[in-house]
Amino acid sequence: MNLSDVRDILEAEVLYGEDKLDREVTSACGSDFMSDVLAYVKNQALLLTGLVNPQVVRTADMMDMKCIAFVRGKRPEENVLSLARERDIVVMTTKMRMYDACGKLYAKGLRGEVV
Amino acid sequence: MEPVKLVYPVEGGDLIEAGEASSKMKTTLKKLGLPPDVIRRASICMYEGEINMVIHADGGRAEVDVGMDEIVIRMIDHGPGIPDVDKAMQEGYSTAGDMARDLGFGAGMGLPNMKRYSDEMHIDTEVGKGTTVTIKIRV
Repeated sequence: MNLSDVRDILEAEVLYGEDKLDREVTSACGSDFMSDVLAYVKNQALLLTGLVNPQVVRTADMMDMKCIAFVRGKRPEENVLSLARERDIVVMTTKMRMYDACGKLYAKGLRGEVV
Repeated sequence: MEPVKLVYPVEGGDLIEAGEASSKMKTTLKKLGLPPDVIRRASICMYEGEINMVIHADGGRAEVDVGMDEIVIRMIDHGPGIPDVDKAMQEGYSTAGDMARDLGFGAGMGLPNMKRYSDEMHIDTEVGKGTTVTIKIRV
């Protein structure tokens, strides 16, 4: 699927990268622990998280991820958004909780990766 | 490619803004045209090292040697040192405080992750003097 599908499934609001939603994502991961993301993620392009600090963007950047979706209605502050712009990472926010957001994406065919 | 030496200061104290040095290194490695998986592994190692440095040692510096066959990253600090390296290498063992945890770190995965993504890792540490973590990644 691409990022516009992700936006629709999560009923999300895009905070940065409206013009980049044609980017393809083949797998995703959900975590509030950045060290775990750094440990286990291989080629996931989408990060779902409830944390909204600059380290989320840094982590996504190190992992070459294309999009961060903040769950539970979390909204990052401007410094986080500007870092995402600088590193060219799409940012969206959804009111869904982590479990529901992951479940809906999974049900539509977006899987994780075997560790 | 001629060998390239990069040096980045790592500011202490501000964990929220940490990661700038790793980000800069990543951009430079991309410009040098290294393979994406090598860049990713080097970036993750340095990022975890940088976070560790800010949490535990009030900053330090990173020296990166980019050669034909390998990238060598040295994370050098003058912090408190690591009393028990074996313990520090255990996944899940951490002495980091709540601030680190609030930001998604402090899960005891930093050094193990650096080992996971590097081809060689060496920790040179002395309590009260500081720590140098050397990482090699083959290109």
